[in-house]
Amino acid sequence: MEWETVIGLEIHAQLATRSKIFSGSSTAYGAEPNTQANLIDLGYPGVLPVLNAEAVRLAAKFGLAIGATVSRRSIFARKNYFYPDLPKGYQISQYELPIVEQGSLTIRLDDGTEKVIGITRAHLEEDAGKSLHENLGDATGIDLNRAGTPLLEIVSEPDMRSAREAATYMRAIHQLVRYLDICDGNMQEGSFRCDANVSVRPSGEAKLGTRAELKNLNSFRFIEKAIEYEIERQIDIIEGGGKVVQETRLYDSDRDETRSMRSKEEAHDYRYFPDPDLLPVELDDAFIKEVEAELPELPWIKAQRFAEEFGLRRDDIDILTASRATADYFEAVAATLGDDPKLAANWVVGELSGALNRDGLEIEASRVPPHALGELLQRIKDGTISGKIAKEVFEAMWNGEGTADEIIENKGLKQITDRDAIEQLVDVTLSTSAEQVQQYRDGNQKVLGFFVGQVMKASQGKANPKQVNEILRQKLSDEAE
Amino acid sequence: MARQTLAQMSGALATGETTSRALTEAALGRIDGGDSELNSFINVCADEALAAADAADQRRAAGDAGPLTGIPIAHKDIFCTAGVPTTCGSRMLQDFVPPYDATVVRRLAAAGVVTVGKTNMDEFAMGSSNETSYFGVVRNPWDPDRSPGGSSGGSAAAVAAGLVVAATGTDTGGSIRQPAALTGITGVKPTYGRVSRYGMIAFASSLDQAGVLTVTAEDAAMLLQAMAGFDPHDSTSADAPVPDYVTALGEDLAGKRIGVPGEFFDDGLDAECAAAVRDALAVLEGMGATIQEISLPNIGLSVPTYYIVAPAEASSNLSRYDGVRFGYRHADAADLEEMYKLTRKEGFGAEVKRRIMTGTYVLSAGYYDAYYLQAQKARQLIAADFRRAFESVDIVAGPTAPTPAFRLGEKTDDPVQMYLNDIYTIGANLAGLPGASLPCGLVNGLPVGLQLIGPAFGEAAVLNIAHQYQQATDWHLAEPGA
Repeated sequence: MEWETVIGLEIHAQLATRSKIFSGSSTAYGAEPNTQANLIDLGYPGVLPVLNAEAVRLAAKFGLAIGATVSRRSIFARKNYFYPDLPKGYQISQYELPIVEQGSLTIRLDDGTEKVIGITRAHLEEDAGKSLHENLGDATGIDLNRAGTPLLEIVSEPDMRSAREAATYMRAIHQLVRYLDICDGNMQEGSFRCDANVSVRPSGEAKLGTRAELKNLNSFRFIEKAIEYEIERQIDIIEGGGKVVQETRLYDSDRDETRSMRSKEEAHDYRYFPDPDLLPVELDDAFIKEVEAELPELPWIKAQRFAEEFGLRRDDIDILTASRATADYFEAVAATLGDDPKLAANWVVGELSGALNRDGLEIEASRVPPHALGELLQRIKDGTISGKIAKEVFEAMWNGEGTADEIIENKGLKQITDRDAIEQLVDVTLSTSAEQVQQYRDGNQKVLGFFVGQVMKASQGKANPKQVNEILRQKLSDEAE
Repeated sequence: MARQTLAQMSGALATGETTSRALTEAALGRIDGGDSELNSFINVCADEALAAADAADQRRAAGDAGPLTGIPIAHKDIFCTAGVPTTCGSRMLQDFVPPYDATVVRRLAAAGVVTVGKTNMDEFAMGSSNETSYFGVVRNPWDPDRSPGGSSGGSAAAVAAGLVVAATGTDTGGSIRQPAALTGITGVKPTYGRVSRYGMIAFASSLDQAGVLTVTAEDAAMLLQAMAGFDPHDSTSADAPVPDYVTALGEDLAGKRIGVPGEFFDDGLDAECAAAVRDALAVLEGMGATIQEISLPNIGLSVPTYYIVAPAEASSNLSRYDGVRFGYRHADAADLEEMYKLTRKEGFGAEVKRRIMTGTYVLSAGYYDAYYLQAQKARQLIAADFRRAFESVDIVAGPTAPTPAFRLGEKTDDPVQMYLNDIYTIGANLAGLPGASLPCGLVNGLPVGLQLIGPAFGEAAVLNIAHQYQQATDWHLAEPGA
């Protein structure tokens, strides 16, 4: 039987506010346990939450970017359950009236086609703390530094049909929140994580199958693998005559499998009700307009502009627009260079990305700033150096040895374009390679490459390769006559 | 000898007739001598109080004193006090010492008020008789076999017995007004949002409001002046100016329209209490007010509505008492779940557990619509009744409680009978309105309360009418055992 997979994602993006959503504690990552938890985060008797206006602004920004309705009135509710890292015994979240409703995001599939993924809602909520088990013996430690960190939970429609699509959508949301500067997207630190609802049904069937919720998929690779495993598991169950049960499952990346965490029967009754400690969030048109004006050029609009303005290939555009910083870097290089965006694109996608990866740096921390790279490329354009020498210069720049011009000067890398000088090198090469010259004369044209290599070597790579080719051909054919 | 009022103390401090040190020592002495029977205090903080009194006296000497500087009062043990145990009447918080002051405490301290101790109360403010306190019942100074009412029973008894001149309280369904009525003192619950709830341990967040228990309406006005106003720590506190309550006290009653809801004079109201309230209304009429019958057609829904909304919120508010971070913890549980269960089983009393269970039930999947949502609708109807009433009257008046103080143990076996004691007070909480109770007579030697309810943020009108009534009568000066 043919099976169709149905996937919906719930993505938790930690909002990039300095303080927590309902208290003044810092949200900075990595502090000593419980040093960033004040009385409000600890849920002390008598304390009250006060909403962080910045969290609302960031959520509204996301809503506007996905063409959603930003609710003029949204409500915080309490989600009640007991857990040691949930200090109040309830999580403040949004339930019936979330701040963002009904948006969508268009993703580009591997075959180049586009697909619109519906986004049902995005709501604000507070994160819980963490339970620590390491080096504590039988005891469990509680770290409440993360408790109260603002999250935007982005809930998609069940619109995805494969693990690959789900990962593509997750990447697109990741790209968007970073463009909007509302989330740092750091998946290792848990700033961006995902739960997936997965079900299968016979192809053509309209009714959805029973779903399993996969928890805490914190990398693009894991989400794909976890869903793939889960699809197979569900199909095996059904084809074996069994029934998929509705449950929450945890993905174990070490074993590459999903495991049951709790069944529907064990599911909490969260007893949601409006939080009486917080007033409804009321937003007016002026606020919405203000946030709208703050929206940056969105990734898909930038990609379209790069195609139209620079005539770049789609694959390069995808890399160059992956983050705002990359796109900005590229545009700065292109601007310095003037009229050769493709050269700029090749270098950003090639040499620069390679160097950044090698050193594990983000582009913002590049050792070669965009204008410096632009100047280097300018030297290729004006014939001062060859592309190959440019790579050497780039390495030197990366190592902090100076500007492109300084390095070219100091290392004497300026390209030799003087015809007499090149002719001299060619003559020396030909006079010491009688055997190869004979081969060439016997009709083996491939030997030309050998001569080019010898001349370039003799010039320490500085001879203009075009001229070397030209002169070699000319001399060899002269001698042949 | 008539009771001394806070206003008189303030005057005596201003003229140098007395000092805060003297007043505070006297209060501590009275508590020491007179409270063993009443049990109105859970903790007395003599050292802190005397230090604060000396600071107040120095402040006065430096010419920096306000009307409240140096006045010793007590706080209901629901308000967090930095460094001073705050139990909320519960075993759960028996050893809890807050690291911070509630806004109410902070504001009064800033005005120079001296805190002598923390008063007894029903556990987590859940009760109408002060019998649910883990720290024992409070006795009514008018008759030690009777309840002072609750949940602010300790504050009421302490003021009624003259141990302190005033005390703070909280009122979720009548917890200031009913004990004030049962102990013959003045109690004022402001509009929801008028006084910050920050640092006040939550029972039912949409209903809780801090207020005062005093000898006179004037005393209440003086304290509220310092307590009221917007607090950035409480999102539900009102960002609206606070009028001058003391100045408003003097207004003439001529032309004031007082509405009396027929529903408040039902079969459940003791006939002699009804007569005392009618007499009080006649006094107000004699002073120029007009009395008109009004109707609050949905007020009968108050008690059932309240006993859905309040437990629902409480069940969530009390989830934080899990033994993990503060408060009581069952020490040797086998696992997490057992630790939760035993901590809460042993840390909470029966009435608190009853309300947590009720609240959990009404919020549960499948019951939410039938209970919680219906209750919210009923709440809207009750609030609308009051809004309609205030289109034609300035104040609503009636009894505070159906009977004078009842005997200890009389209602403990029947929660519904206990809940019905708040039948006249709950409406103001559900509608978020300011209310007061004033002594208006004695029935068989026990005080009876007249309740006044004002429109939202109409504390000035409530205090004005209360003060004018107290200018014409002296029920508020009657003392137990006198």
